[in-house]
Amino acid sequence: MVVDGHTSPAPDRLWRNPEPKSNYDVVIVGAGGHGLATAYYLARNHGVTDIAVLERGWLAGGNMARNTTIIRSNYLLDASAALYDHALRLWEELPEELDHEFQFSQCGVLNLAHTEQEARDARRRAFANELNGVDAEWLTPDEIAEVCPILDTSPRLRYPVLGATYQRRAGVAKHDLVAWALARKCDEMGVDFIQNCEVTGFVTAGDRVTGVHTNRGTIGAGRVGLAAAGRTSVLTDTLGISLPLQSHPLQAMASEILEPVHPCVVMSNHVHVYTSQAHKGELVLGAGIDTHNGYAQRGSVHVIENQLAAAVELFPIFGRAHLLRTWAGTVDVTPDASPIIGPTPYENLFVNCGWGTGGFKATPGAGWVFAHTIATGAPHPLNEPYGMERFTSGALIDEHGAAAVAH
Amino acid sequence: MLLIRCPWCGDRDEVEFRYGGQADVAYPTDPHELDDTEWGNFLFVRANPMGALTERWVHTAGCRRWFSVVRDTATNEMTPDIPQRRESR
Ligand SMILES: Cc1cc2nc3c(=O)[nH]c(=O)nc-3n(C[C@H](O)[C@H](O)[C@H](O)COP(=O)(O)OP(=O)(O)OC[C@H]3O[C@@H](n4cnc5c(N)ncnc54)[C@H](O)[C@@H]3O)c2cc1C
Ligand SMILES: [Zn+2]
Repeated sequence: MVVDGHTSPAPDRLWRNPEPKSNYDVVIVGAGGHGLATAYYLARNHGVTDIAVLERGWLAGGNMARNTTIIRSNYLLDASAALYDHALRLWEELPEELDHEFQFSQCGVLNLAHTEQEARDARRRAFANELNGVDAEWLTPDEIAEVCPILDTSPRLRYPVLGATYQRRAGVAKHDLVAWALARKCDEMGVDFIQNCEVTGFVTAGDRVTGVHTNRGTIGAGRVGLAAAGRTSVLTDTLGISLPLQSHPLQAMASEILEPVHPCVVMSNHVHVYTSQAHKGELVLGAGIDTHNGYAQRGSVHVIENQLAAAVELFPIFGRAHLLRTWAGTVDVTPDASPIIGPTPYENLFVNCGWGTGGFKATPGAGWVFAHTIATGAPHPLNEPYGMERFTSGALIDEHGAAAVAH
Repeated sequence: MLLIRCPWCGDRDEVEFRYGGQADVAYPTDPHELDDTEWGNFLFVRANPMGALTERWVHTAGCRRWFSVVRDTATNEMTPDIPQRRESR
């Protein structure tokens, strides 16, 4: 079934809302994109279907519902390029595989450089991408103007655009539809989604977790996978596991609906804004996290002011656009701006967290490797470098620069 | 936008401040005694509670002094850390 949002009637329901059973082979905490993709690949790749995905709110209502939907894989370091490009390749096949249109659009992503040093760093990243088989190009201001004519590439800006890397395979996808597509397929394969079910703690026996406490009772679990994003350390703290996570507000905003004017995604680290235009027509904008920790799903106004100032400077055409909505998520940031995906000191407890401001793009890839980790008890080669032991060994994957937004 | 009370200057807008993270993280008294895990924890792990967090702020655009507050990370309610003037020098 390919849903055409304008003509096809919506299906009656995409997933059941079952009562929780007393026990499951695998319990996943968090029905965000990552929890959903993990359940999907557990069933598809590993034949595990006795799965409950427990969600404190509503399915995919966390950061999955709040992100700016940018998908790309142009990361500098080998481990990151491998992980994010694996995800991008999965994105390229998922719409057909899930038999569900989710408006995955490879409209291309420009990462702008505004200083000489930024230009050198960006070109270095593009060369590193090419060595890793990730598509990347360096564009001059004139070439940028051809890709994105509404961007001001003149030298009159306070921080003129000196060039940009361009990843043509990158783009955006409609996040809600992605979640619903995954949920529908998982449901067909027997996965239980339990909404309004908050995990508050764990039942343990020695070095094993045997179940989770929830506001809907205790649920037994053979294995537990945490995909709870910004709230992960609240859970791991109850087990005495010290994860290097800090949860911060991250905001985004949307304008009124406009004619299609913005052909791609533009990201700028230096003046710090990223923009695209949703299929429906809103301009979608985001920037960096608020500096302080926060679980309130609410950030500070000056952060919005700064990114709007940057957006209007780069895109004079946006000067009269009305801002309609702003919102925030709670993202969990690690010291090296890379996720943690792997085993924990508890033999059957696994974590997928620390994606910070950039985990949507990884959704299928994260699900793939996390499912492998949960099913086999050991990391997939792609997430092997991402274990929590790197904070002891010092083998960090420092992607602050190449993440292209300041975390 | 947070309204932050500098112990010396009073209530000021958040934009006048920089955030310094968790307060009272002491340098190890005997660094040679720490194993790799303890060093990793010291360098990388900070409290991340949903609730009261004692944290550092510096009044960069004002008196430029550091101080601590207790902030509820879920509600943003802030109270000065007691004793609030201990940083005064
Ligand atoms: C404003 C904003 C813009 C962003 N822009 C981008 C972008 O353009 N590109 C990109 O790649 N990434 C982006 N991100 C980051 C991306 O959204 C996250 O990295 C990603 O969603 C994290 O994975 P997830 O889907 O599992 O998280 P979530 O969707 O947050 O899923 C976690 C789920 O766990 C649930 N949960 C938490 N605690 C419990 C509990 N105790 N019991 C039960 N359930 C629980 C939550 O309710 C939530 O639904 C952005 C994030 C924000 C906030
Ligand atoms: Zn002051």
